[in-house]
Amino acid sequence: MYRQKYLFLIPGLLTLVAIIVFPLLFTIRVSFSSWDVIQPGLDWIGGENYARLWEDERYWEALLRLAGMAGGTVLVQYVLGFGLALLVWREVLLKRFFRVLFLIPMMTTPVVMSVIWRTIFHESLGPVNDLLQRAGLEALPWISSAGLAFTSVMIVEIWQWTPFMFLLLLAGLLSLPEEPYLAARIDGAGPFRTFFRVTFPRMAAISVGAILIRLIEASKIMETVYVLTSGGPGTATETSSYYIYIRGLRDFQLGYAASLSLIYLIIMIVSLTLIGKGLTRIFVKDQA
Amino acid sequence: MRHYPSRAKALWTAALSACLFGTAAAKDYTEYGIDEDVPGPGSYETIDGKDYSGRKLTIITHAVPVIGEPTALHAEQFEELTGAEVEVVHVPFGDLFQRIMIPFQTGQQAYDVLFYGSLWLGDYHRYLAPVPEKYQNSSAMQGVTPTYRDVATWGEEMIQFPVDGDRHYLKYRSDIFDDPEMQARYLEDTGEELRVPQTWSEYNEVAQYFTGWDWDGDGEVNYGTAEVTKRDDLMFSAFISRAAPFAKHPDVPGGFFFDLETMEPLINTPGWVRGLELFVEAQEAFPPGGTSFGLGDEIFSFGGGQVLMSYSWDDAFIQAMQEDSRIRNEVGAAILPGASEVWNRETGQWDQLSEPNRVAYITWGWTSAVAGNSPNKDMAFDYLAFFSNQANTKHDLQIGRFGVNPYRTEHFDADFWIEEMGWDEDTATTYVETLEAIDSSDNRVFDLRVPGVGQFMTSLAAGVAEALAGQATPQEALDGVAEEWSRIVDRIGEDRVREAYSTVVAIEDAR
Repeated sequence: MYRQKYLFLIPGLLTLVAIIVFPLLFTIRVSFSSWDVIQPGLDWIGGENYARLWEDERYWEALLRLAGMAGGTVLVQYVLGFGLALLVWREVLLKRFFRVLFLIPMMTTPVVMSVIWRTIFHESLGPVNDLLQRAGLEALPWISSAGLAFTSVMIVEIWQWTPFMFLLLLAGLLSLPEEPYLAARIDGAGPFRTFFRVTFPRMAAISVGAILIRLIEASKIMETVYVLTSGGPGTATETSSYYIYIRGLRDFQLGYAASLSLIYLIIMIVSLTLIGKGLTRIFVKDQA
Repeated sequence: MRHYPSRAKALWTAALSACLFGTAAAKDYTEYGIDEDVPGPGSYETIDGKDYSGRKLTIITHAVPVIGEPTALHAEQFEELTGAEVEVVHVPFGDLFQRIMIPFQTGQQAYDVLFYGSLWLGDYHRYLAPVPEKYQNSSAMQGVTPTYRDVATWGEEMIQFPVDGDRHYLKYRSDIFDDPEMQARYLEDTGEELRVPQTWSEYNEVAQYFTGWDWDGDGEVNYGTAEVTKRDDLMFSAFISRAAPFAKHPDVPGGFFFDLETMEPLINTPGWVRGLELFVEAQEAFPPGGTSFGLGDEIFSFGGGQVLMSYSWDDAFIQAMQEDSRIRNEVGAAILPGASEVWNRETGQWDQLSEPNRVAYITWGWTSAVAGNSPNKDMAFDYLAFFSNQANTKHDLQIGRFGVNPYRTEHFDADFWIEEMGWDEDTATTYVETLEAIDSSDNRVFDLRVPGVGQFMTSLAAGVAEALAGQATPQEALDGVAEEWSRIVDRIGEDRVREAYSTVVAIEDAR
C-alpha cells in the first residue's frame, strides 16, 4: 500500500519527462551533431559546435545587447508598474476601470502589437512623426537609426509588459496589513517617509520575484525584434533569441543552433540565479 | 474582383447545362471565373473527368493571400471536380522552409504538393519527384518561356512545376519623366537630359535630384527611390540587382557568386564592392524610414506615389496600377539599370564599355513541386497542372494579391493587359517589352541555388546591412561575407556546392 502511492506520481512524471526532460536531452544530443540542410539527423561531431560559438562575435554581441535591453526594460517596467499600482491601490475614482485598462497591453498578442507599433513608428506615414512635425519638431528615424531602433524596441516591450509588473505589485500592495500604516500615521510620517520606510521594504520580496519573472521573460524577446526591426539597422537590435532563430530556422543549422541555445540557457540560469541572490541580499535581508 | 460560385451553384449550373445541351457538347466552366477552358492534361474538362473520391491530397503553401489564396481557391475547385479531399496548410514565409525540410529529412510523408521559393531548389531537389513527360509535353508547359523552364530544372531534369515568373526590374513615374517642364528643369539644374536611368550611377543622381520636394504637386514631399533594405526581408535580392552589372561580365563565364573552378567567393571583388558603395550612397534619396523598408514598404512607397523610382518584383508596379491608384497609368517599366564599367576577374581590371552592361536578374519566385515520397503523385501532378492551366493562370494574373506573375509567352502580349486590365497602351507596352527583354537577355544571373542557400543569403544580408548602417565600409562588410561564405562552403563540402552551383552557371552561360 505504501509503495502504491508512488503510482499516482507516474502521470505527472511522464508529463514532465515528455515536455521538459526529453526536449532538453534531445537538444543536448542535437548540439553534438552537424544536423543542417545537408546532414539530416544525429551524427556525432563532438564539441565542434561549441568550439565554433566561442568565435561567433555576433552571438556574444547579441547576448550583451540582450542584457542591456532586458535590464533597461525591466527597470522601467518596475518603476512604472509600481507607480501605477500605487495610483489604484487606494480609493480612487473609476478604480476598477483603470485596473482593467492598465492590463489591456498585456492581453494583446505580441506579434500583433509589434505590427501596430511598427505602423506607429513608421517614419513616413506613422502618427508619431506626424505629431512631432505638427508640434514644430523634426521627424525622428525611429527604426532606421541604431540608437532609436533600440529605444523603439524597448518602448514596445515596456508598453506591453508594464501591466504584468503592475498586476503583481498591486496584488502585493493589496495584501499588506493596515497596522504599520496606522502606526506610521500616529508617528506623523508623511507619504514619502511612509513609502520608503513602510511600503517599499514590505514590498521587497514580491518586487524581487516580479523583477526575476520579468527578466526571465525579457531575456526571450523575439517577436518584437522580428516584426519591428528584423535585428537592424545592421545588427543594432539583434538579440540572442532572434540570432538563434536565424541560425536554426532560417539557415537550418539545427546542430549549431542547439549549442547556441544551450549555452544561452546556462548563461541565463547562472546570471538570473546570481541576480536573484543579489537582489534578495540587498532588499529582502532585513525582512528575513 | 471576380466572385467565385458556391459548390451548389456550380453543380446546379453544370447539371442544367448537361440537360440543355446534351453530353456531347463541350462543358462550360466559366462559372469558375475563367474565360475559356484550354484543352490539356490540366484543363477543367480533363480534371472533371477524373475520379479521386476517397483520396486525400495534402498541400503546404504560403499564407494568404500571396500564392496561398490561389492555392486554396484551386484546391476547392479541384475537390469539386474530382471528388478528392484536399487539405491546404498555410504557413508564414519565415517558417516555410523548415516546415517542408524537416519532414523530408526525417522521412515523414507530410505533404504531397509543395509551394515554396524557387531558390530553395538546391536544398530540396533530392526529395522531389520529376515532372512526368505527359505534363512536360502539354501546351501549357510548352508555353512557359525557356527562362522559367530553366528555373524549374535541376541538371537535365524538370523537378519543379512552374506556376509563377519573377524578375527584378525598374519601375518609374512616367508622368514625371515625360513631363517637358520637368525635363527642362532637370536640364537647367544639372546640365543633363532627364531620362530613365541607364546606369546605377545615373539612377542615384536622378533619385537624389528628386528627393525632398513636392514634384507631383500633391502637397506632400516626395523622394527619389524606395528599395528593399530591411535585413532578413529579401534585401539580399535588392543588393544582387544593384551589384550584378558591375560584377557579371558578359564575356567572362564560369560564375557570378563563386569562381566555379576554385569555388572562391567573388562576393568581395571590386564589382560587388562598387555595387554596395552605390547602394550605401543611394540612402540619401530614400524616404524617411527607407533604410529599413521591407518588401511591403517598398510596394506601398512606390505604389502610393511617394517616390520616383523603385526596383524589385512586380508587386509595386501592380500596386501602382490598381484601379483605385492615383498614379494608375502614370508609371513605366524598364530593365534594371546597368554599369558603364564591369569588373573582369580574369584580367583583374575594370573594363570600360561603350554601352552600359545591363544584366537581367531572374530572381527567385514561387514555384511548386511534388514530394518524391508522396503516394499520391498522380493526383498531385494533376492538381498542379490544373492550378497552372492557361485559363486559371490568366485569371490569377489579374488579381494582384495572388502573387502570380507572367511566365508564359502569351503573357507578354500588351493587348492582354490593355483589354483585361484596362491599362493604357504606353504602360502595357513598357511592361511587356521589359519582361520580354529580361526573358530573352543573354546576360542573366540567377539566384544561388545551392545547398545551404539560406546560410549564404543571411550572411550576405547581414554584411550589406552593416555597410548600410555605417558599421563597416562596403569592402570590410563584403570581406566578412566572403570569409563566412568560405566557411559555409567548407562545412557543406566544396564538391557538393560546386556540383549544385554548376547547374546555375550552366543556365547563366548557356546563351
